Amino acid sequence: MGSKRKMFIFGGIIGIIAAILMKLGNPGNMGMCIACFWRDIAGALGLHKAGVVQYIRPEIIGIIFGAFSISYLTGDFKVKGGSSPLIRFILGFFLMIGGLVFLGCPLRMILRLANGDLNALVGLMGYIAGIFIGVQFLKKGYSLGKNYDQPKIAGYLFPIFAVVLLIFLVVKPAFILFSTEGPGSMAAPVIISLLAGAIVGICLQRSRICTAGGFRDLILIRDTHFLWGILGIFIFTLIGNLVLNFEKFNFGFTGQPIAHNDFLFNFLGMTLVGLCSILLGGCPIRQTILASQGDTDAGITVIGLIVGAAFAHNFGLAASGNGVPTNGKIAVIIGIVFVLILASSIVLNNVKKVSKDSKGVSANV
Amino acid sequence: MCKIVDARGRSCPEPVIMTKKALESNSEGVNVIVDTNVAVENITRFAKSKGYDVEVKENNDDFELNIRR
Repeated sequence: MGSKRKMFIFGGIIGIIAAILMKLGNPGNMGMCIACFWRDIAGALGLHKAGVVQYIRPEIIGIIFGAFSISYLTGDFKVKGGSSPLIRFILGFFLMIGGLVFLGCPLRMILRLANGDLNALVGLMGYIAGIFIGVQFLKKGYSLGKNYDQPKIAGYLFPIFAVVLLIFLVVKPAFILFSTEGPGSMAAPVIISLLAGAIVGICLQRSRICTAGGFRDLILIRDTHFLWGILGIFIFTLIGNLVLNFEKFNFGFTGQPIAHNDFLFNFLGMTLVGLCSILLGGCPIRQTILASQGDTDAGITVIGLIVGAAFAHNFGLAASGNGVPTNGKIAVIIGIVFVLILASSIVLNNVKKVSKDSKGVSANV
Repeated sequence: MCKIVDARGRSCPEPVIMTKKALESNSEGVNVIVDTNVAVENITRFAKSKGYDVEVKENNDDFELNIRR
């Protein structure tokens, strides 16, 4: 029970912080959203031209600083990489497409659910379906291969990127874009967002909470350890919202902030997110934390998320409160089919390799 | 001779899956080598839930988990 209680408390801290950030100005049910925040950063850097979602979210900078510092102090910071980086980039790319069709990462899905948005329940079912499919590939021998030690400097690149983002946020050079209307213009004060991000980064790094890992471990090894963290986020956001944001609590499918009620694509968008998360070994939150603690493969995945967000808006794939554009629906279906083919081909490749290796061993004997 | 599983460099949850598969064919116990704290925690939690004892030894940057009944 000790470890489960710890997970629940770590999750609870994240949940309360999300409710507070929403109270202090972040967009509706978006106290914290890794997909949306990386998308806003992509917009601020001018990688997409959707004027309403451009902002350098201090929470992301805080999360990176928090996770980097605590991993450095505790010995978790290890500079590794070289495990199928291009495949990870592609999976990150499609993960973001799925997330921006649903309108949120798995963390925001929990936050939406904790504020009564039942569309998130449909998303959750899709997410679990995607995780279930991903687990079948894991059982069949799916693997992206080993990683290897990398030059020390490679591990500092991601934290340095966060420093550069912080400079852009403070100096506000003309080439950095900041929304003047829409979700990108809605934000809690910078200092509070930074500190909140740092606390969340520390909690996530220490607890290793992963929204995909929670459901995956339940299916794969009947372990509920990480699910307690997810439950902590849900319950404490719910309590936080009822106390701090009661006037915004809205139970139902309609009138939800930055959400649509296209059931099929809420489901399929999150199916794509769940599937990609399992194939990557972690959801967008976990990838961001790993990237901060020296995992350069996770760093590539985050770049995939950023590029995915840019394409999602440049190609008109991202959904809005008005619904999912046709291009977005096509992209999600292409994404699911493509990722299924990719994973199948990796499994086939690994199975062939294993049987070849074992033949080699028996021949030697 | 005890079966040794080398799960170094594997991303989550592969070390746990490799341990699980090894224990299915060697139910008395296995030794697992990993290189991250997360893998140590996850494998320890899994093995204990299956009724095994786990002893962890640290060698340079690696960890060896001695998993026994």
